[in-house]
Amino acid sequence: MVRIIAAEATTNPLVPHVAELIVGFVAFSLLFLVLRSRVVPMFEKAFAARTEAIQGGMEKAERAQQEAQEALVQYTAALNEARGEAQKIREESRVQGAAILEDLRGKAQEEASRIIAAAHSSIEAERQQAITSLRNEVGALATQLASKIVGEALDDQVRQSRIVDRFLEDLEKSK
Amino acid sequence: MRSFQYGSGGGFVPPSTSDFNLPPVIGHNPYTTKPIFLVVLSVVVISVFFLAASRKALVVPSKLQFAGESIYSFVRKDLGEEIIGHEFMRFVPFLFTLFTFILTNNVFGIVPLLQFPSMSHVSFPYVLALFTFVIFHWVGIRKQGLGTYLKGIAFMPGVPKLVYILLTPIEVATFFLVRPLTLSLRLFANMFAGHLLLLVFIMGGDHLIRGVVGLKLIAPFSFAFGIGMTFFEFLVQCLQAYIFTLLTALYIAGALSDEH
Repeated sequence: MVRIIAAEATTNPLVPHVAELIVGFVAFSLLFLVLRSRVVPMFEKAFAARTEAIQGGMEKAERAQQEAQEALVQYTAALNEARGEAQKIREESRVQGAAILEDLRGKAQEEASRIIAAAHSSIEAERQQAITSLRNEVGALATQLASKIVGEALDDQVRQSRIVDRFLEDLEKSK
Repeated sequence: MRSFQYGSGGGFVPPSTSDFNLPPVIGHNPYTTKPIFLVVLSVVVISVFFLAASRKALVVPSKLQFAGESIYSFVRKDLGEEIIGHEFMRFVPFLFTLFTFILTNNVFGIVPLLQFPSMSHVSFPYVLALFTFVIFHWVGIRKQGLGTYLKGIAFMPGVPKLVYILLTPIEVATFFLVRPLTLSLRLFANMFAGHLLLLVFIMGGDHLIRGVVGLKLIAPFSFAFGIGMTFFEFLVQCLQAYIFTLLTALYIAGALSDEH
């Protein structure tokens, strides 16, 4: 009877074994000590380092973005300024060009009129010269001719010119 | 493992609780049984794995470190931080040890060659439940003082005095008997039943294949079901490790909060 109870006790799965209790206790305690002293601190260290790295990275990215924003503002301002400047220069050069053109045109006009005037006076002088020369030559020729015809010596200068003048006047009148 | 017991007629002897009584490997030394070897092995395996995984503690983890960290941060966050609250970090090493120890010993139940869940020997769940029991009471006493803590358990505040006749025995039993017992027995029973179920299908299949032609044809189904149950068993093993740790965290959280 006692034997049967003992046999039943060993097969009853709810009855613990002393050896297993001791080994379970020691094994679990040992594992706990190992994990607590070596593993957990290392994982925590990695987590902390990671958090820091991510935060640092985020701050850096934020800073870079801000810098880029500032650069963009600066660039836009510079661009606008340059555009304004270019517009101004274009306007100025247009005005200047127009002035230069006007100036040149005036000068050319002046030059042209000067040349024309010079030509006019030159022509007039030539004409006058031609007239004078012609008058003298014609006078001489005519006197020669007349003296030949009239046979009268008309070598007296004053009389000669008077006669020529009269002759020419007559000639002009007859025209 | 089990020595087959064929009756004189070659009848099938279904696996029973006696299949869990594994004799000592060396003589009559009770410290040389398979479950004890498995528990020791689990401590070695867990230690080696996590020491290797956490050795470098890199910001950008290796695959091994990532694997170790995933398990650790699961316990730390889902079982520690979210349940216990701001004081959780003190209990993370214990919860972490509890989870990995139970999980590994459970999974031994389906690891080829080992194939025995050490937690199906009730002694180990008893020890673990004892740890939880001592810790959560100790935490409560340290936090609230012995008198306040016991009074909070025995006489739940905000309840009419007459109700204490019913409530006080229930609450006291819950805190000092039901909690540690359910904790250990839940784990034990799940592992025990799961292993028994696998034995039934695998050994049943083995027996069928030795039978007549008709029975031989049925044997593959028994084996297939055994394999299917192995996958299911893996789920249960993980779940039980999770539940044990979760309840421990809940008990600690309850002891830490002023009114439970």
